[in-house]
Amino acid sequence: MKPVLTLMPKVAAMAIALGLLAGNALAAGVVEVPPRNTWSFSGPFGTFDNAQLQRGFKVYREVCASCHSMSKLAFRNLAQPGGPEFSEAQVKTLAASYQVKDGPNDAGEMFERPGRAADRIPSPFPNKQAAAAANGGAIPPDLSVIAKARTYERGFPWFVFDIFTQFQEQGVDYSAALLQGYVEPEHGIEVPPGKYYNKYFPAKIISMPKPLSDGQVEYVKGADGKPQAPETVDQYAKDVSAFLMWAAEPHMEQRKETGFRVLAFLLVFAGLLYFTKKKIWSRVEGHAHGPAF
Amino acid sequence: MANSGSASGHTEHTRRDFLFIATGAAAAVGVASTLWPFISQMAPDAATVAAGAPVEIDLTPVAEGQIVKLFWRGKLVFVRHRTAAEIKSARDVDVASLPDPQPDSARVKEGKDQWLVVYGSCTHLGCVPLGNEGAFQGWQCPCHGSVFDTSGRIRQGPAPTNLPVPPYAFLSDTKIQIG
Amino acid sequence: MSGHSTYVPKSAFGKWFESRLPIMGLIHSSLLTFPNPRNLNYFWTFGGILAFMLVSQIITGIVLAMHYTPHADMAFNSVEHIMRDVNYGWMLRYLHANGASMFFIAVYIHMFRGFYYGSYKAPREVLWILGVIIFLLMMATAFMGYVLPWGQMSFWGATVITNLFSAIPGVGETIVTFLWGGYAVDNPTLNRFFSLHYLLPFMIAGVVILHIWALHVPGSNNPAGVEKKTEKDTLPFHPYFTVKDALALVVFLMMFVWFAFYIPNFLGHADNYIEANAAVTPAHIVPEWYFLPFYAILRAIPDKLLGVMAMFGSIAIMLFLPWLDTSKVRSGNYRPVFQVFFWLFAINCVILGWLGSKPAQGGYVTASQICTAYYFIYFIVVLPLLGLFERPKPIPVSIADSILGRSGSAAAMASGAAASPNTKG
Repeated sequence: MKPVLTLMPKVAAMAIALGLLAGNALAAGVVEVPPRNTWSFSGPFGTFDNAQLQRGFKVYREVCASCHSMSKLAFRNLAQPGGPEFSEAQVKTLAASYQVKDGPNDAGEMFERPGRAADRIPSPFPNKQAAAAANGGAIPPDLSVIAKARTYERGFPWFVFDIFTQFQEQGVDYSAALLQGYVEPEHGIEVPPGKYYNKYFPAKIISMPKPLSDGQVEYVKGADGKPQAPETVDQYAKDVSAFLMWAAEPHMEQRKETGFRVLAFLLVFAGLLYFTKKKIWSRVEGHAHGPAF
Repeated sequence: MANSGSASGHTEHTRRDFLFIATGAAAAVGVASTLWPFISQMAPDAATVAAGAPVEIDLTPVAEGQIVKLFWRGKLVFVRHRTAAEIKSARDVDVASLPDPQPDSARVKEGKDQWLVVYGSCTHLGCVPLGNEGAFQGWQCPCHGSVFDTSGRIRQGPAPTNLPVPPYAFLSDTKIQIG
Repeated sequence: MSGHSTYVPKSAFGKWFESRLPIMGLIHSSLLTFPNPRNLNYFWTFGGILAFMLVSQIITGIVLAMHYTPHADMAFNSVEHIMRDVNYGWMLRYLHANGASMFFIAVYIHMFRGFYYGSYKAPREVLWILGVIIFLLMMATAFMGYVLPWGQMSFWGATVITNLFSAIPGVGETIVTFLWGGYAVDNPTLNRFFSLHYLLPFMIAGVVILHIWALHVPGSNNPAGVEKKTEKDTLPFHPYFTVKDALALVVFLMMFVWFAFYIPNFLGHADNYIEANAAVTPAHIVPEWYFLPFYAILRAIPDKLLGVMAMFGSIAIMLFLPWLDTSKVRSGNYRPVFQVFFWLFAINCVILGWLGSKPAQGGYVTASQICTAYYFIYFIVVLPLLGLFERPKPIPVSIADSILGRSGSAAAMASGAAASPNTKG
């Protein structure tokens, strides 16, 4: 269909030009784009780094968990394959160190008991109102799926390229950046009392105080007596972000692995069908040289 | 491919057949492997499996002659504190004459004859039998009239087997763990 | 669905059964021996792909419904339960969510194929109208399905779309209250949307049967746009088109798998991973990509009632397409001026989609208005007038001629007998 083919590029070019013009004319306020990190779990063969997830969990537990719940996560998840992969025994001990509300018992009363692996991680506040009251009116969001619930706009044409590069780490990049985004306010910006300035937060004024500082969380020491990873804000931010990514997508490794197998199968199947189709259509006059259209 | 000229038509034929068979086989493999997730999702999910953790029960409040009910893995379990008479009636039986022959001693823990722990679901079609009823003062099922003795064994009626004993152990004299 | 069958059962049981319920004959005549134009290109494989997607969505949907809880307090958690605890739950949910998008990709290609090759023209008007009805049902189903995870976009999407009906003068507010089952989007709304989301796909399946029935009366249109006349113009559906449809389907599935397994959240919105909150509206409330062009039309018009009318009108106008296009020539291949307007229309739709994702302010609104104007002008002005003024190229005498002429001479090729944009299979 020659006419169409020759016409297409011209019209497409016009459309793109129109789009770019409009885009430039309407560019909104300055948005700080989170720096891009290298993650072990990106791309089609990406897997989580167990040690990093274990460190990230430690940061969550010692820092974030005092305000942020993680209500969709159960202790047992920490031992499942494709995650931090703590041992069953470690998870049991960890769970038992929490007090979990249970009941009612035979007397009709609620009671507390040591946690079990099957329990969900207890939340720091009993309800939203309590969370708001303790945090100056702002509710610290639940972190179970936060890595998928936060993003930043990629814009044209990057979002098209993302389909092919499989880039989908906007959420983790954002959270890693946010945790390090506490800087001096831009000139002329008034920060109300009890609020903080964060250059990666969309509204810039955030209710969460700077949560991390160097040396705050002690990492497990390696054989040489040194911590597994640097005990710095940068490292903490990345580790806890990786942990949050896993928490939001606990079956990611299985998903990518299955995807690869399915795709490989379909490729072979499509090849077989292509030749079968060619063979069958070769019987037809006018289609002697394989598929004609 | 064709070693001799005369065989070329034949070779062509086999190659085509092979192609069709391979394509058909690939389709079959694809359909079969797609089915698996749809079957697998019917199984108990991870939360249900994990929630099936052992449960503990304190026996001190259970008086002699009393039956308490509790749940393990969503199933009803009876814990029965048997009287001496009930133990005797369970033991004074010709085991071989029973529909599902099993001595009482095999259904309780050694030295703990007074404690009987059985699933509370009739082996006929799953109704909950009523305690201390029926000809043997064990259980009787209200649905179809199966009668169990004080050892939870089937004595009369349509149920084919005895009430099964769940896995359990004594943690102390007054505490058992089911599961 | 193609008249009398030539099917003769082999076994005695087959004969006994066939004389009582001639279902094998029906399958035989509509799926095996049905004579299809031999020049169909790969754009004609999307009907089969759509049938597959409908079945796939119904199956994954039924399975998801086994694990989902339609309650305002539990829906969000039950979706996460599916993602985390149910065996292969993550796969089923991602296949279902991305399957909706794939369904729309396929339906848009299917529709634009119809636009280009004039598949809506006599004698296929009813076939086309049934297709528009399926499209409307699909939109309703997709919208209600998107509400079920009860995230922020679910909730606010439901609020905005149901409020469209409040534009109806007089009874609008009452209708909206009835849609909600309350005074705001809440648990009753979620429950009825779940019920209807389960029902509608089966209604789609019903209309699809009518659509295929109507198709099998005249048979498929084809790239040459001339009707099949002799046996030389056609090939039996099986094995020629079964294998061709299967190949196209598998290639399509590769794209589907790429999205569902590697970038499952690419087509979704991050905000929908935040549980519904009636007190906070997301900063940018945007529908799923497949609704964006219609959303842009809605926002292009600064009047509430007129905006809603324009949006529904943009779909309703398709019902009249068979009579709006006055050209006697069916296939766009032989209509050089039409081609220009057609491609402008296609690109216009893409731009409308892009505008639908942008905030409704400043230049975006003006651009939306221009694009909306062209959208309607194409149907109301361009198509009726083109038929009167355009000089089409000579059309082939028969389907067989269009094929054989292709490999015959270069001249025939230049005169537009080449069947399709795809020169390689």
